[in-house]
Amino acid sequence: MRNQPASAGHAAGKPVPTDPRFSSRLLYLLHRFLQPNRFYRVLAAWLERHGWAYRIFTKAEEKAKSDIFNCQMCGQCALPATGYACPMSCPKQLRNGPCGGVAANGDCEVYPGITCVWLIAFERAEREGHEDDLALLQRPVDHRQRGRSSWVNYWLGRDDELWTATDGLDGRERPVQGGARRDDKVAA
Amino acid sequence: MDVNGEVTATKAPSAPGNLADALHAGRFAITAEIGPPRGADAESIIHKAELLRGWVDAANITDNQGGVTRLASWGGSVLALGAGVEPVMQLTCRDRNRMALQADLVAASAVGIPNVLLLTGDHPSFGDHPDAKPVFDLDSVQLVWTAQWMRDHGKLLSGKSLKPAPRWLIGAVENPFGPPERFRARRLGKKVAAGADFIQTQFVFDVDSFAKWMIEVRDLGLDQNCGILAGIGPIRSIRALEYIQNHVPGIHVPEDVERRLRGVPDDQVAEEGMRICVESLQQLEQIPGVAGAHLMAFGYERGIPEILQRAGFGPRSAPNLLSGQGSEHAS
Repeated sequence: MRNQPASAGHAAGKPVPTDPRFSSRLLYLLHRFLQPNRFYRVLAAWLERHGWAYRIFTKAEEKAKSDIFNCQMCGQCALPATGYACPMSCPKQLRNGPCGGVAANGDCEVYPGITCVWLIAFERAEREGHEDDLALLQRPVDHRQRGRSSWVNYWLGRDDELWTATDGLDGRERPVQGGARRDDKVAA
Repeated sequence: MDVNGEVTATKAPSAPGNLADALHAGRFAITAEIGPPRGADAESIIHKAELLRGWVDAANITDNQGGVTRLASWGGSVLALGAGVEPVMQLTCRDRNRMALQADLVAASAVGIPNVLLLTGDHPSFGDHPDAKPVFDLDSVQLVWTAQWMRDHGKLLSGKSLKPAPRWLIGAVENPFGPPERFRARRLGKKVAAGADFIQTQFVFDVDSFAKWMIEVRDLGLDQNCGILAGIGPIRSIRALEYIQNHVPGIHVPEDVERRLRGVPDDQVAEEGMRICVESLQQLEQIPGVAGAHLMAFGYERGIPEILQRAGFGPRSAPNLLSGQGSEHAS
């Protein structure tokens, strides 16, 4: 493991590239158990109705994800499409791949000695045969979701359009969520 | 709404300008770079523009390059327009949120700036205000995507209509040499998918590696949808060479270039650097899929015509600035 996660010190709370504590294989596997189903939808809706429970749940989510990923609590988790390395731990919070300043040895240009999180993401995704995920276009973050539970958002279907379904090279996708459906309706 | 129809519509540049014309006609495009001054010095930009006038299709006006605060890119672009040089207004995500970015893009179109170059921007920690708040509300792919949406759909990200919709050619940048190498061509693919009409690359000193990257780019068909301009510039001193090697991330100077620069007496390094630059430009022109070159010669703008002349690129035809209605591609 190259970069120690948040709890290792200087990285805590700040966007500093972080190599997750858990292997990508384990996390892709874990994801299967977190996929929305009837139970999770009911749970998420119940949590949203009970502020105290939502706060405890969100705090627990934050603790777990900060320790593992240096999660910044954007509330709109991109991890399933980034080899389970958090793009919000990039100092520029780039969600669509590395910037042009990555050093030849793979170091972040802002934090020399720390590997670029996108290099980590690429290696993790490629190892598990998920490198095509990185070609998907990530839509702009909704900053109103900051500090909210991304698991609740995910289970309630709000994250369905965080990224595009394809690499977009065969036809233009839209940068706004839900835009496709609205426009298609108008055209039809 | 027909998806294929949209793609065709964006292939034909809707922005009027020399750069759009060159890319559309398949003529090798030449762009260069103008760094604005720190002070309120219009003359400095006008002077640099006059050195380039007639030699380039368009000139980039940088946006707080290296995170160092300077005269704004839009102001420099207006000055360049006045001096008869078509500007490429650079716009970074570092200093503006999505509201300011969209506002600046609309204004650029309204004042007649025909090209924009959309980038993430260097982190402020490298610049003159390391204490500034880094914004990075959008990333460069999202900004390109937003611009394409604004131009081709006439809407803001909010969904509100833009009447009339802005018109410019949308540019982006790519570093063919940055790790992870196996992802770089696909990263360019994301910018093309998002709507980039042209790409300017980081400095190419290693022409062989660049040619290999171009094979991947052609395999993905990206050169068919996007004009790829190879970045190039002269290294005119050993000090500059060492600075690039030690302080500029993402640039690779191959050994044979270093050997040539170090193999000549001190007073001939500048000339050797020019010679390497001219040769590289000629080699890059021969690589299939390369649509043009982007010349960066910081503080040495006066040398650009000489590089072009020696590489066999004579002066460009008369510029057709501000002739929006005259463009055959206007849709």
